[in-house]
Amino acid sequence: MVARADLPAEAKRGAVVPVRIAILHAMETGYRFDVNGRSIPKNVINTLTCRYLGESIFRAEMGSGMSANPSVHFYFVAERTGDLEFEWIDDAGERGSHRAKIRVVT
Amino acid sequence: MTSDVPAYSMSMLVICLCLSLNANSEQAQTGPPKSGSVYASAEIRALQADDTANPGMLWVANGEMLWNEAAGSQAKSCAHCHDALVTTTPATIPAMRGVATRYPMVDAATKSVINLEGRINLCRAKHQGAAPLAYESAELLGLTAFVAFQSRGMPRQVTINETNRAVFERGATLYQQRMGQMNLACVHCHLQNAGKTLLAEKISEGHSNGYPIYRLEWQGLGSLHRRLRSCQLGVRAEPFAPGSDQYLALELYLTWRAAGLPIETPAVRR
Repeated sequence: MVARADLPAEAKRGAVVPVRIAILHAMETGYRFDVNGRSIPKNVINTLTCRYLGESIFRAEMGSGMSANPSVHFYFVAERTGDLEFEWIDDAGERGSHRAKIRVVT
Repeated sequence: MTSDVPAYSMSMLVICLCLSLNANSEQAQTGPPKSGSVYASAEIRALQADDTANPGMLWVANGEMLWNEAAGSQAKSCAHCHDALVTTTPATIPAMRGVATRYPMVDAATKSVINLEGRINLCRAKHQGAAPLAYESAELLGLTAFVAFQSRGMPRQVTINETNRAVFERGATLYQQRMGQMNLACVHCHLQNAGKTLLAEKISEGHSNGYPIYRLEWQGLGSLHRRLRSCQLGVRAEPFAPGSDQYLALELYLTWRAAGLPIETPAVRR
């Protein structure tokens, strides 16, 4: 699964940094039908987590109300240079991950 | 003999209607072509302008991944022949800049008009030994978007000459041809009434410079042929098949019509 994370490459220690992540996913609601009239099973990214410096800093539980290709925005406090590790799983059990680096200067 | 008279007057009527249609279409073509983004709302324009927010960029990222992936019996990737990837985000390949501006073009080997999707599939068959990707598949859309994205901001360079004139004229005819239960041609909305309001929507001039586009209605990326299909369903006509000769002819005509407009791939529309 493809994702794009957007955050500044560099931040001052203690700064509040905005993060945006967009994930390519159909986010099938379960309310739609295919051309043959069969119900398309619900398949959404149900959990998205983000870890930074070994600690969980963000967690979202999503449902069928989220749009396709969800774009999630949140903030965190930059402490040390390191990676933001995003992980998610959908209802079909498919997992995805993405990594984004931030350099922290004093 | 008597039955000939109404038939004759009917044909005169048809000719008169055609003439008035032509006169209208000449009148409506004023000024340079305006991209569909001109008719979009400010929010949609902002979504398109910001690469980090534009959802179409996810398909470009997917295409970038596929560009570097070996495929087929030759186990070669696109990057193997074309160029190594320059590591920027989003990736830029200088050698591919301007390539998309030349499509649809006449393929030298088959002597037929092909679009960017057709070229990707020909490349797969010829150089990678891989099966063609299905039209509208995520893979083909991703690769097309990635290649077209390399030419973003550049105007299309399609010339009409003896090699493609027949196809071009077929496209021009289809553009003017009434179809479906609504009995409308492309020209009625996108040329004669462009800029006016249809329900809650502004009618655009229907230019093809942003494809593949991300449509909010589709919640995904789609090709020009998918958009043409939507238009045909809108006038209650039976749509042509994606990648069909009719759509390719229309695509060539639309590309010629949008001459001078910079490529906006991946554009965002409602």
